[in-house]
Amino acid sequence: MNGDFVDRDEDRTVRALRRRANASGSAAAASRVTDEAAAAAARLADRAAAEELLDVAYATIDSPFGPLLAASTRRGLVRLAFPEEHEQDVIERLASRISPRVLRAPARLDPVARQLDEYFAGRRHAFETELDWSLIGPFGQRVLAATAAIPYGSVLSYAQVAGEAGSPRGSRAAGNALGSNPIPIVIPCHRVLRTGGALGGYGGGLPRKRWLLELEGALQPELGS
Amino acid sequence: MSSAPPPFQAFLDEHREAVWRFLVASVGRTDADDCFQETFIAALRAYPQLRSRRREHNLRAWVLTIAHRKALDAHRARARRATPVADPLAVSDPAAPAADGRDEELWEAVDGLPERQRSAVVLRFVGDLAHREIATAIGCSEESARASLHEGLSKLRKVVPA
Repeated sequence: MNGDFVDRDEDRTVRALRRRANASGSAAAASRVTDEAAAAAARLADRAAAEELLDVAYATIDSPFGPLLAASTRRGLVRLAFPEEHEQDVIERLASRISPRVLRAPARLDPVARQLDEYFAGRRHAFETELDWSLIGPFGQRVLAATAAIPYGSVLSYAQVAGEAGSPRGSRAAGNALGSNPIPIVIPCHRVLRTGGALGGYGGGLPRKRWLLELEGALQPELGS
Repeated sequence: MSSAPPPFQAFLDEHREAVWRFLVASVGRTDADDCFQETFIAALRAYPQLRSRRREHNLRAWVLTIAHRKALDAHRARARRATPVADPLAVSDPAAPAADGRDEELWEAVDGLPERQRSAVVLRFVGDLAHREIATAIGCSEESARASLHEGLSKLRKVVPA
């Protein structure tokens, strides 16, 4: 209770009201209130979705890279963030760019979580999930659509992807669009390399790009690494 | 982007416990969950239109105002069903401290107060709202809120003498 709350009516009645209101009589009672409130809050997402009030649902998903933050809208998966991106920052940007009606709703991300598990275990070669492209600009959409069409285990060069996106001379711009891919792994920007086969760049860090390409058999494991 | 409210999840995390406490005290554990869902669904509906200057210290008063209305709805629905009004806090609660019999009597007395007095008492001592915020929640003047609180407390003091 607020310590700065001063009431001249403070007396036995008031103390009794406060005591019971705060379940302050025992740690067990207080933690029960905390648990009940958390459980009630966790039930909200389903009701919110049923009333069309859930604009962004998110969850964290375990992966070999650590916990990934996944977010989806009614249209589909809109964001997948590596662990270095702080959850709170990602959520705040989603709230300001899409809608503040954002709730943690793990059940709604279950299909994505299951497919990612299968992918990381080498048992899935393609994702079957709708995507929401609304965080991606028009040029980025062309680049990432071309990227999404690269099959598992294959690679293209930045120049080739730029060409597919209708800007054959725009490989640098294509690189930028790939670098700001909001849905990595699922939109496989790791399958785009420099002409000649050098890895180029990766938003999640080059070791992860190499790891993913090795998983897919597109790259031989480095000797001694 | 500073004009957009924070993610609703952050708002929910910050206020869920205060709302839960308030509702358990107002309507009892059995009805608290329904009221809780109704409260936050109503908040979620209005949330994108919240003006930024309402934020921070006012969000708590805002959501408790909604919770207060949902609690009144629950009280009225219970009255219409004409079921005996259960002591909202008398639900057997093994985790609670060995209840002081006077506390039980006190909460029965809170439940028996006229609507506005009960609201004022619960908003004050469970919601921890200031008189001005209680007035906003009930929809009356600050003077009238003070008076209701005072009258309510006077009745309760007869149950638990100071």
